[in-house]
Amino acid sequence: MNNFDINKIRADFPILNQKVYNRQLVYFDNGATSQKPKAVIDIVNKYHNELNSSIHRGVHILSDMATNAYEEARENVRKYINAEKPEEVVFTSGTTHSINLVAFSFGERFVSEGDEIIVSEMEHHANIVPWQMLCERKNAKLKVIPFDDTGTLILDNFDNLFSDKTKLVSVTHISNALGTINPIKKIIETAHRYNVPVLIDAAQSIQHSAIDVQSLDCDFLVFSGHKVYGPTGIGVLYGKEKWLEQMPPYQGGGDMVDIVTFKKTTYGKVPFKFEAGTTNYIGAIGLGVALDYLREVGINEINEYESSLLNYGTEKLQSISGIKIYGRANEKASILSFLMDSVHMLDAGMIFDKMGVAVRIGTHCAQPVMQHFNIDGTIRASLCFYNTKDEVDYLCEVIKQVQVMFA
Amino acid sequence: MKSIKETQQEIIDEFEVYDDWMDRYSYLIELAKDLPLIDPKFRNNEYLIRGCQSKVWLNSEYNDGKIIFTADSDAIITKGIIALLIRVLSNRTPQEIINTELEFIDRIGLRQNLSPTRANGLFSMIKQIKLYAIAYNAKEQKN
Repeated sequence: MNNFDINKIRADFPILNQKVYNRQLVYFDNGATSQKPKAVIDIVNKYHNELNSSIHRGVHILSDMATNAYEEARENVRKYINAEKPEEVVFTSGTTHSINLVAFSFGERFVSEGDEIIVSEMEHHANIVPWQMLCERKNAKLKVIPFDDTGTLILDNFDNLFSDKTKLVSVTHISNALGTINPIKKIIETAHRYNVPVLIDAAQSIQHSAIDVQSLDCDFLVFSGHKVYGPTGIGVLYGKEKWLEQMPPYQGGGDMVDIVTFKKTTYGKVPFKFEAGTTNYIGAIGLGVALDYLREVGINEINEYESSLLNYGTEKLQSISGIKIYGRANEKASILSFLMDSVHMLDAGMIFDKMGVAVRIGTHCAQPVMQHFNIDGTIRASLCFYNTKDEVDYLCEVIKQVQVMFA
Repeated sequence: MKSIKETQQEIIDEFEVYDDWMDRYSYLIELAKDLPLIDPKFRNNEYLIRGCQSKVWLNSEYNDGKIIFTADSDAIITKGIIALLIRVLSNRTPQEIINTELEFIDRIGLRQNLSPTRANGLFSMIKQIKLYAIAYNAKEQKN
């Protein structure tokens, strides 16, 4: 690992170095949102302090500079995911917005009564509900790829889910609740054999591994800025130009139009026709800086470090009696979802919190996953590259302490 | 029997002994064990309080002008909190319950030490207890 110096990395994230309830903070809720490196915080401050100005509108220097920086951020995202053209990168408010945009605009253009959309059983609500709403609007049908008890998608009968009515497959790259890394390349290849486009929810993967939309050949790919060490309220919708061109706008307003008269309005070109109103340009610029930061550390180094952290954490957790890990797929990202035999997850969560450990408790916006296992939720420790084995050890100590407290 | 005011003060005094919330949680766990348990037949959806993250079942019986509450929860700390509520509000007249300001919740720092969703759960429990009191009170006046 060339540049991977954990102490230096931790020093880049000011929030990590603090105490909560007089105890050192251990932040294991990265699946919900990641913390921000100083470079991102600084650029957001700099824009608010010195350069703030509405983009694509002004004739003055500040507006020009903000516009350039925003379009540079788009180019930066394009490079990061290796999209063919910057026009294929639409800035949204986040993954949820991106999926809703596709569900509406793609749905308006291509989905009609009796058509089918395929999702998987392990999706986040954000990749279920927009499709259900589309299905309700169009009287279409949602089909579901099941997963087995290890949390692995069952793709043996995947072909059977397709018919001439199938219009889109929308699956997550990495399960936020179980950590499973899905074989998206294989899913995309299969779908394309039936001429069905595929949307990849990369909300949980963009921060863990390199993504190349051209080599994947996905039709859409979506992610959020705040989970990839960027600001909150910014997200990305990547779409192949051929699809974006054919899709009607999602929201109407300023900046997305060509000519507006009361008789008829014509829309701007992609990506602008999907970016109505004043966009979160400072968020986009901050996201660009976050991606620069990841390049500097090295996404492959990050991936390697996180894998070793996952293996270490899995082994340590397993060695404690009375712990059950949910999500035992062979290919996994650094998410540890578990329950304790004798302690209610909410009881455990309260003690974890007071001991300085931030985890997520509950269904993780993936209720169908919990229904699969017939549980109310899990305790989820989602680890990332600024976490350490020492922190994993501390979590295990706290778990043992909780077991004693509630015995 | 101690008055509501005296009982609340008693709880405040008990919690003052502990300066660390970990110890207070341990105390709540102890209290949970003493909670007058609900009859298993009431552990169903009909008696479930809506708005709590964990499952909380509450039953009330009206006896000789006073309301007796029994409850249970699948989470222990929640159970400890209910035990406190019941200690203050069970075996009281409907009017007493309606008129009570539950000052001990803020005084022992309970509200500040619950996440907002869990604090909402606590207020759902209190609301349910007060609703029972209002209902029995209305019934009483009708008679």
